[in-house]
Amino acid sequence: MIIDSDHYTVNVNGVDRQVTDSWLGESLLDVLRDRLGLIGSKGACEQGECGSCSVLVDDELVCSCLVMAAGVVGRTVVTIEGVAPAGTPTDVQAAFVEAGAVQCGFCTPGLVMAVHDLLERSPDPGDTEIREELAGNVCRCTGYGRIIDAVQRVAVARRDVGGAS
Amino acid sequence: MTVVEQRPAVIEGRHGTIGTSPGRPDGVAKVQGTFAFSSDLHADGCLWGATLRSPHPHARIRSIDVSGAWRIDGVEAVITAEDVPGDLHYGLISHDQPVFASEVVRYVGEPVAAVAADHPETCRRALAAIVVDYEPLDPLLDPEAAIAGTAADIHPDGNVIRHQRIVRGDVDATGDVVVEGTYEIGMQDQAFLGLEAALAVPDPGGGGVELHVATQWLHEDRTQIAACLGLPEESVRLVLGGVGGAFGAREDISLQVHTCLLALRLGRPVKIHYSRAESFLGHVHRHPATIRMRHHATADGEIVKIEARMVFDGGAYASTSSAVLINAITHAQGPYRCDNALVDGWAVRTNHLPCGAMRGFGVVQACFAHESQMDKLALACGLDPVEVRLRNAMRTGDPLITGQPVLNVAPVERCIRETAALPLPDTPVGGFPSEDGTFDAMQLPGGAGRTADRGDVVRGVGWGVAIKNLMYSEGFDDYATARCRLADGVVTLKFATSEVGQGFVTIAPQIARTILGVDDVVLDRIDTQVGSAGSTSASRQTWMSGGAVDLACRTVRERLFEAVAGRFAADVEGLDALRLSIDGTDVVDTVSGWRLPVAEAAAGMTIDETVEYRHPETEDLDENGQGNCHTAFAFVAHRAVVDVDPRLGLVKVVQIATAQDVGRALNPLSVTGQIEGGIAQGLGLAVMEEIVQVDGVIRNGNFTDYLLPTFLDMPEVVATLIEEPDPHAPLGAKGVGEPPCISSTPAIVAAIRDALRRVDGVGRPLDRVPVRPGDICV
Amino acid sequence: MLADEPGATLLCGGTDLMVEVNEGHRRPDRTVMMVNRITELRSWRHDPAAGTVTIGAAVTYSELMREPLASLLPALAEASRTVGSPQIRNAGTLGGNLGTCSPAGDGLPVLAAAGATVTLASASGTRTVDVVDFMLGVKRTDRRAGELIAAVTVPVAAGWQGYAKVGVRNAMVIAVASACLVVDVSQRSVGLALGSVGPTVLRCPQAEAFLAERVDWDSARVDRDALVAFGELAAAASTPITDHRSTAEYRRHAVGVMAERLARRAFDLHEEESR
Repeated sequence: MIIDSDHYTVNVNGVDRQVTDSWLGESLLDVLRDRLGLIGSKGACEQGECGSCSVLVDDELVCSCLVMAAGVVGRTVVTIEGVAPAGTPTDVQAAFVEAGAVQCGFCTPGLVMAVHDLLERSPDPGDTEIREELAGNVCRCTGYGRIIDAVQRVAVARRDVGGAS
Repeated sequence: MTVVEQRPAVIEGRHGTIGTSPGRPDGVAKVQGTFAFSSDLHADGCLWGATLRSPHPHARIRSIDVSGAWRIDGVEAVITAEDVPGDLHYGLISHDQPVFASEVVRYVGEPVAAVAADHPETCRRALAAIVVDYEPLDPLLDPEAAIAGTAADIHPDGNVIRHQRIVRGDVDATGDVVVEGTYEIGMQDQAFLGLEAALAVPDPGGGGVELHVATQWLHEDRTQIAACLGLPEESVRLVLGGVGGAFGAREDISLQVHTCLLALRLGRPVKIHYSRAESFLGHVHRHPATIRMRHHATADGEIVKIEARMVFDGGAYASTSSAVLINAITHAQGPYRCDNALVDGWAVRTNHLPCGAMRGFGVVQACFAHESQMDKLALACGLDPVEVRLRNAMRTGDPLITGQPVLNVAPVERCIRETAALPLPDTPVGGFPSEDGTFDAMQLPGGAGRTADRGDVVRGVGWGVAIKNLMYSEGFDDYATARCRLADGVVTLKFATSEVGQGFVTIAPQIARTILGVDDVVLDRIDTQVGSAGSTSASRQTWMSGGAVDLACRTVRERLFEAVAGRFAADVEGLDALRLSIDGTDVVDTVSGWRLPVAEAAAGMTIDETVEYRHPETEDLDENGQGNCHTAFAFVAHRAVVDVDPRLGLVKVVQIATAQDVGRALNPLSVTGQIEGGIAQGLGLAVMEEIVQVDGVIRNGNFTDYLLPTFLDMPEVVATLIEEPDPHAPLGAKGVGEPPCISSTPAIVAAIRDALRRVDGVGRPLDRVPVRPGDICV
Repeated sequence: MLADEPGATLLCGGTDLMVEVNEGHRRPDRTVMMVNRITELRSWRHDPAAGTVTIGAAVTYSELMREPLASLLPALAEASRTVGSPQIRNAGTLGGNLGTCSPAGDGLPVLAAAGATVTLASASGTRTVDVVDFMLGVKRTDRRAGELIAAVTVPVAAGWQGYAKVGVRNAMVIAVASACLVVDVSQRSVGLALGSVGPTVLRCPQAEAFLAERVDWDSARVDRDALVAFGELAAAASTPITDHRSTAEYRRHAVGVMAERLARRAFDLHEEESR
C-alpha cells in the first residue's frame, strides 16, 4: 500500500480526519497539534524520553513524537481528547485532580493516557509495578507521590464497584 | 507518601478555606488537555519565529550575511542587533546581556539573529542560510583565572561579577577539632517540561504589543522588553500564558524581546517555540560552584569558627549571580550557631553557559558543603550525625554570620527530632520475596538492568539539615499587588502572580473564602493590568501574594462591615463595624449574635480594592558582610536511606524522611506536592543531573543524556509538616518550595558514604555532586 | 518495492529514526518504507525440531516480553524489559535495533551471545548472515542497498541465560555497559557478549573458553576464583571509549563485574564455597 505523505486520512478519536500539506517524516504529534487542532498531547523532548506526547495507536501506548504520522493510516488513534466523553472526566482524570497529582500539568495528558493503559492491562498494580509501567512518563513538578496515590485510588474504586468503569 | 501533620487544635474549616485541600481550579482543564500552555496559543495570520545561535563559546563576529535567508520563499523578516530600536542590552541586575550579539559572542547558544516565516521548517532553512563569519577566540573557562585577573576581560563589565567577604567575631579563633574539604557542585538544569513559548500580537498601528508568555515575573519582563523595544511600558502588555514549570529558568528574558521585535516589525502576530535542545541553551542554569570549607570545633563538636571560600561560575552574563552568591555565603554556617566566621565569595564571568536562578538559589551549593562538613565533624568527634547537629542547632534569636538575628520561628531541633522519629523503611535490601520466592530486580539498584543480587548491595543512612531565606534580600523593594472585588456575592481576584504549577491559584481563593465567607471566587486573567506581584521564586508568593490577597480581602471586608453596620444600625442596638466578624458564610455581630448571610449583606453592592503588600525593609551588607540583608527564614531536615551496589557504584534511594518548618499549611496537599517535587530535584542533583560542558560546549542538551529522576528513581517520602505559625508571616505560613530540594541532596550523598563505610570501613569522600558510579566504585 | 528504490528509508518502530527526523538531522528524501506494516514481519515462530525461534523484524519489545516467547528466550525478555519505557517497548523492534546497530542496542548482546543469524530479503531472494558478522561497526551493518532485515533466528539452547545492563538511573537509560551470558548445557559451552564497550557488540572467545573449561558440567558448579577470573577476562576483551556518558575505565570495570555476576547466577558454587 502506497501512502502519499502530502495527503492522507487518519482516524483519531473515532473520527476520520484529512491531513493535507504534510511532509515526509512528519510526526504524529506534530500532525495532531499543528494540523488537526488537537493540542492536548504535548511535546517536551522530541526523543520519546518524557512521555508527554503519549497516545494510543491500535490500543497500544506509544510516544506520538516517534510515530510517523502517515504510518497510522488504517489504524485507530486515541488521544487525551478522546479518552473520555466530551466534558466528563474519567475516573482517572478526576482522581488526578482530587489527589493533588497535577501541578503545572504539562505531563498530565500523557500520564492520564499511560494510567488508562496501565489499568487496562493490570487492574490492581502494586507500587513497584506502577513505577515501572509509568517510568516512561517524566514529571518535573510532583515527585510522583501524588500520581501514584491517584492510580491507587482508581484501582481501589474500580475494584469496589466490581470491575473497570 | 505518609504525611504526619502536626497541627494545633483547629476547628475543621469548611471545604475550600485555608487549611483544607480543595482541588486546583485549573485541574480539570489540565487533565483533559484543554488547558492552554503558552505553546498552545495561536493567532490568525500568525507567523513562526526562530533564533540563530552561536556555535562558539567565544568568538568575534566579523560579519553577518542574511541575504541567503531572504531568498527563501516564506521568509518575512530577518533581524539582528541593528534592528533593536531601544536598549541593546537587558538583565535582571545589570543590563549586560545583548538582545543579539553584534561584535562578540560569549557562550554557545548566544542569540545572533532571528527570522520570521510561514512555517517552522521555513524558519529552520532560513537560519541555516544565514552566514556568520566568526573568528573563534580562546574561551575563558577557568573561574580561578577570572578571580586572579590573569585572563583578559571577556566583557566590558569585567570578569568578576561580585566579590563579597564575611568577617565576624574572632577570625583567629581555633578549635580542638578541625575538619575541612573542597566540595564541587555541578551545573543543574531546571528542565521544566513546558518548553519556552511566546506569542506576540502587535497593536494595529504598531505603537504597542501584547505578549502572551510563560514567565515568572510579568512586570519585570515588561520593564526590560519595553526598554529594548524603545516603547513606554504602558504600550507593552503581558498576559501569562500557561506555564509548564519554571524553577527559576523563566526569571530571565529568553524569547520575549525577539518575539516582540518580529511582531512589531511585521505588524503580524509571531510565535516562537523552543525545542528541548534549544531550551538547554536558551535559559540560565544553576551555578556550578567550588566551595572550600573548614570548621573549627570543640572536642564536643560545637562549632567555634567557619572558614569558607566559595567560587560560583556565573557563565557569560551576570543574570542574578550577584544575589545567588550572597545567598550562598550568608548561609555558609547552615542552621547552626556560629560566632566566628571568615568567608570569601566570588561570582565570576566565564564563557560557559550563563547561570542564574534555580530553586534554592545558591543555598543548595552551600548546604552540600556545610552538611558534608557536619558529617566530618561528627566522625572526628565520635558523635553520630544527628547528635552533632542537635548540639549546634540554631534557635529563634540566634544570629547568622552576617550578624542578622533569625527572628522567625526556628524549629531546627524539632525538624531533626521529628525526622528521626519517622520510621525507617521496613522493606529490607531487595524487598520482600514474592510468593514463588523470587525477588523483584526493580527493588535493587540497577532496576530492570539486573546488575546486582541482594548480597551485592549495602544500605546506608544519611542526614541533611538546612536553613533557607525566604523572599528577596539586600534592600530590594519587594512587594505584591492584589485586587479584590466583591459584587453580587461573588468575589473576583486579580493578581499578576505567575502560576507556574505551584498552586497559588488554589490558595488565593482559599484565602478569599476564609476572609469573606464567600464560596464563589473567580480568578481574573493573570496579566499586567494590575500591579506587580513580584517574581514566583524565592519561596515568596505564599507570603507576598498571599499577603496581598489577604490584605485586599480584609480591606474589602472592612468596607462591607461598615456598610452592614450602617444599614442595620436601627435593627441592632449599638451595631458597629468593629463588632462584626465572618463566621462561615455569615456576617456576625460578635456582641449580640445577630447574623446575616454574606450574600445578602453584599447584595447590590460592589466593593473593589487594590492593595500592595510589602515586607519590612532589609539592609545591604557592609564590606565585612554584616547587615540584616534577608527577610525571613525557613528550616527543614532530611534523612535518606539509600541502597548501594559498591562494586558497580549504582544507587537506589529507598526512603526520604523529612520534617519541614512550614509555619501553616494553607493547603496541605499542595505542600505535600512541593515537598515531594523538591525532593525529586534534590535527588536529581545528588546522583544524576549535570549539564556537561567540554571546552565550553554542552554535550548533553537532551533528555537522553540529561537524566531526570523517573518514577523508578524516586523513593517513598514520609513527611511531617511542622506548623508553628510565624508571627511575621501575614498568614502564619512560610514559603515551602525551596527547602525540600536543599538538604535532600547532602542527605542522599551522606547515605551513600555511610553504606560504603560499612563495606570497607573507609569509604569514599564523595565531595562532588552529582555522584557518578565511577566516584563510588573505582 | 525496495528493488525500485534501494535508497529508501526503512522505518520500523520509529524509536531511532524519528529522533533524528525530529532533531532535523535527517529528512527522508522520497520514500519511507514502513516495515512495521508488513504482516509477515510482525510474527514469530518456534521450530522445536531445529531448536530455533525465528522472530520477524517488526516484532516489538513488548511482544518479546510476553509468554511463551519470554520463556523460550528469557535473556531477550530481560533485555527487552530494560528498553526505555512501555511506550518505547510497544514501538521498538528487534529489526530496528539491528538496523540501527548501535553498540548500546539492548537486544544485540543477546543475539550475539546466543549465536543468532539475520535473514535479509531483497527482490532477488534471501540471505542469512551470522549476527556477529552482520554488525560491522558503530551504526554500520552488512545490509546492502535493496535489502531489508526480515527476521532473526535465535537458537533455543538448553541452559541458563541472562542479561544485565548498567545505566545511571533506574529506568530509561542507554546502556553504559551491558552483557549477556548464554549457557548451552548440551554443547557444554557458554556465549558471552558485551555491549557499549566497543564499536559494536563483542563476543569474548577467550573468556568463554576459560569458563567452559572450568565448569563442572556434571554438577553445574564452578569455583569462585573461576568466576573472578572470568570477569577479568571479559573486561580484558572490552575496548570501551570515554564519552559524555561514562569513562572507558568504568565501562571496562562494569562489564567485568557483570560477567562475573551473570556466571554466578548461571552456576552454583562448589559445595565448600557456598554460603
